[in-house]
Amino acid sequence: MRAFAPDQPVQLRLSVNGELRVVSAPLHHTLLEVLREELGLTGTKHGCELGECGTCTVLVDGRPVLSCLAIPAALEGREIRTIEGLESPRGLHPLQQAFAELGAAQCGYCTPGFLLAASALLEETPDPAREEIVDALGGNLCRCTGYLKIYEAVELAAARLRDPAAAPAGETLYGEG
Amino acid sequence: MAKADGPHREARADGGLRVVGRSLPKVDAIAKVTGRTRFADDLFLPRMLHCKLLRSTSPHAEIRAIDVSRARSMAGVAAVLVGRDLPIPYGILPVSQDEHALCLDKVRFIGDPVAAVAAVDEETAEQACRAIEVEYAELDPVASIEDALDAEDPRIHLYGDGHNVHKAVALEFGDVDAALAEADLVLEDTFFYEGNTHLPMEQHAALAEWRPDGKLTLWSSTQTPHYVHRALARVLEVPAARIRVIATPNGGGFGGKSDPFNHEIVVAELSRRTGRPVKICLTREEVFYCHRGRHPVLMWVKTGFRKDGSITGMHFRSYLDGGAYGSYGVASTYYTGALQTVTYPVPAYRFEGLRAFTNKPPCGPKRGHGTPQPRFALEAHVDKAAERLGLDPAEMRLANLVAAGSVTANYIKVGSMGLGACIDKVVAASRWRERRGKLPAGRGLGLACGSYLSGAGLPIYWNAMPHSGVQLKLDRGGGVTVFCGSTDIGQGSDSILAYIVAEVLGVDPLEIDVVTADTTLTPVDLGSYSSRVTLMSGNAALQAAERARELLVEALSAAWKVPANRIALADGRALDVEDPERSIPFADAVVIAEARFGTVGTVGSYTPPSSPGRYKGAGVGPSPAYSYSAAVVEVTVDAETGETRVEEVWIAHDIGRAINPVVAIGQVEGSVYMGLGEALMEEMTYRGNRNVVHRHPSLLEYKSPTTHEMCPIHTFLIEDPDPNGPFGAKEVGQGPLLPIPPAVVNAIHNAVGVRIDEVPVTPQKVLAALKRKAKGEEAREGPVDVPEFPWPEPVRVPPPWAGGDGRATDDPRHIGAGGVRGGVPGGVPA
Repeated sequence: MRAFAPDQPVQLRLSVNGELRVVSAPLHHTLLEVLREELGLTGTKHGCELGECGTCTVLVDGRPVLSCLAIPAALEGREIRTIEGLESPRGLHPLQQAFAELGAAQCGYCTPGFLLAASALLEETPDPAREEIVDALGGNLCRCTGYLKIYEAVELAAARLRDPAAAPAGETLYGEG
Repeated sequence: MAKADGPHREARADGGLRVVGRSLPKVDAIAKVTGRTRFADDLFLPRMLHCKLLRSTSPHAEIRAIDVSRARSMAGVAAVLVGRDLPIPYGILPVSQDEHALCLDKVRFIGDPVAAVAAVDEETAEQACRAIEVEYAELDPVASIEDALDAEDPRIHLYGDGHNVHKAVALEFGDVDAALAEADLVLEDTFFYEGNTHLPMEQHAALAEWRPDGKLTLWSSTQTPHYVHRALARVLEVPAARIRVIATPNGGGFGGKSDPFNHEIVVAELSRRTGRPVKICLTREEVFYCHRGRHPVLMWVKTGFRKDGSITGMHFRSYLDGGAYGSYGVASTYYTGALQTVTYPVPAYRFEGLRAFTNKPPCGPKRGHGTPQPRFALEAHVDKAAERLGLDPAEMRLANLVAAGSVTANYIKVGSMGLGACIDKVVAASRWRERRGKLPAGRGLGLACGSYLSGAGLPIYWNAMPHSGVQLKLDRGGGVTVFCGSTDIGQGSDSILAYIVAEVLGVDPLEIDVVTADTTLTPVDLGSYSSRVTLMSGNAALQAAERARELLVEALSAAWKVPANRIALADGRALDVEDPERSIPFADAVVIAEARFGTVGTVGSYTPPSSPGRYKGAGVGPSPAYSYSAAVVEVTVDAETGETRVEEVWIAHDIGRAINPVVAIGQVEGSVYMGLGEALMEEMTYRGNRNVVHRHPSLLEYKSPTTHEMCPIHTFLIEDPDPNGPFGAKEVGQGPLLPIPPAVVNAIHNAVGVRIDEVPVTPQKVLAALKRKAKGEEAREGPVDVPEFPWPEPVRVPPPWAGGDGRATDDPRHIGAGGVRGGVPGGVPA
């Protein structure tokens, strides 16, 4: 057994939510660890740290990436976006608003990952069919909702991006019959 | 938000309700969608150490020696603990104090913790754990119920109702043999419900800070901060008044965070020893070892039916594989026999149940606690009876419903009962009558029902205090703060408090602050389990809010010199209803009340009504109100691959009243989802080589439904207010799971004519049954028999219609008033 010797930290220059952040961390620490532990961005959650559940999803250059498998040194010069960067000073992203209104966030633990994966979908496909939403979110596990309120929230947000007055269906809020 | 005014708003907001019945965003919704919610692992304190546990690699062994000297001397290691450092046992039930924070002299499953390290970071703690040497003397593992009943195997615990039998119970209500003899059809079946786990997305985490003033604060992802508080005081030998437990918002619970856990006690002790905050976050693999999930249950049932489908009598046996510790297991055992009687009348009923100790992670309460397994058996059994009697399964159930307000054979008092309305709704919506039997080959419809408690009628430890308490503080600025010990695990319990108080005080729920789940700041609520929170904390909040309203009205009545009944609180104002010009902001009303009475605060609390059962075992099953659900499931079964695909689900849930419909629908949909997972894929299983190694302790290999496996769900809320619920509300978090697994197997039978009498329904099981059907053998897959067991003499209780008074008659120990407290959980004196 070797004596205690912390791995030598390396300096990382990361662009996170539009800001350049310079941090030191051991080279093998994942993006998840650096975001949460070095940058205090605890909005990014973790469910397995093995790349199996999608909970830790962030965006790198607009594409969903599992931060628990990403090595920050490989991401210098790329644009990293976390849940903290989804809202703007003007207010919530339409996805955040719709998730809140429709109860698409129950415990809320998987929610940041779903929101980021869904925002990447809407960037590419502003009016996604239900099957496209199912595919885009197929790598994110949620144990609370059964996914349905999440689909409906993505559809509502997509509708509002086209028409801000779009409203949820009555049965979404009050059930059928 | 304006959009909450849906098309059904007018119909829903009856009785002049302005908040209750509206689909509003939850009070914590914005925090959750912006990543601001602070879960336990999101907390960091200065000088914080990190804890790792060393877990057993053996399923069953004596600990001969533990050498921690190398770990203790490693740089960066602050403290190392072993079992003898925390020698006092604990456990959630007073009758099962069989756990130690770290194993003392024996390990009982792979993953049982034996040592703990606090170090400057997780990697150092992990390395130190690897440097600990444990010498085990292996014992034969007990891998199954059958093993547990074999007296040749070593005992796992030295207490219980037999060799490796933790608990064995027998209850009889009326003469079951005579009832079966009267029947036109006597049906006998065996079923198996495989164990599965909660799989919350958040891994359990806890942070302890023991300060130099001798006070401890523990933040933990727990559903039951009150019980953790008690366990910490007991094991750490510190007055409870010096311990503060704060339940952080749970990233999913489903019952898996309801026990006091070893890691919570360990970080507290490590903080005491190091003088520094200590945090632990379990790995996903460790979460599988914490478990406390669905018990695997083997079941046998024999029921007498008349030609019209009514039941003459029922004999039900259950065998629970409990895993290595007691947990809630005594209650779980009784629950596998408690609710068979609350849907269709059972005039005579006998229940025998046992829970075995095995060398596996301990089972406990998962969504539906002990009732989804017997409900699966009962609903599949009833479906078979309907087939044999030539009756439509929906019509047969509709013709045989327990009446609202009745008392069952086992002395469960049913309040409101909306199951008939639920069945009508899903039958109509699925076009059951038009389509069933006329679908293409391989496609089928199945129906099943269920019922669940709105909170256990009795607390886990015997006491006469309220189950839920609320304090309300009204601020002269118009702010209202609700303090309650309840714990939001995602179901929305914080929001329910705000809605109820807002309704009574006539203010916007967003103007109400909610402080919950903090044993120092909030009055006790027993926890988020048994679907108790909306009903119990809701009633406590209602009482506190009505008392606050009375103070405001009395003060305004005096100030305005008008009778109290002319004063109304609505839309953030107080007004004189006969002189609407006289109207002041809510804050001004509080100022007038504070000037008159001093600081404005009120309390409310809730204790469930007593139950008519007075026999030993009557403590499990009673509830202030029962929810009812009915579901129709449509499946396609591929006869080539054996794969079952669920196409669509229609579900109606009798909720009494939905305080917030969109939140209620979310609970229904989540329950259906979890029920489908249990029906088709989820299983907590072990390698078959008697080493009792978990097959797949990972999110990838433990199969749970992804977006690709979910189907459309049509949800119908049936609202028939129950007199015991706040605004008539009953539970919704657990009950809607119950009909799903049996509806799936009933639909598979309708699709391809085979009975799959165990879940999960894997393609292999369907193919095996189809193969038997093709050979002309019995077209089923499932267990064929149950083990022999010398059941104890039953506690005999005459049902109400046989002149019974809820007491056992033929056992001298149980005769006479006051001879036995029916009110003890699990029926076992604490």
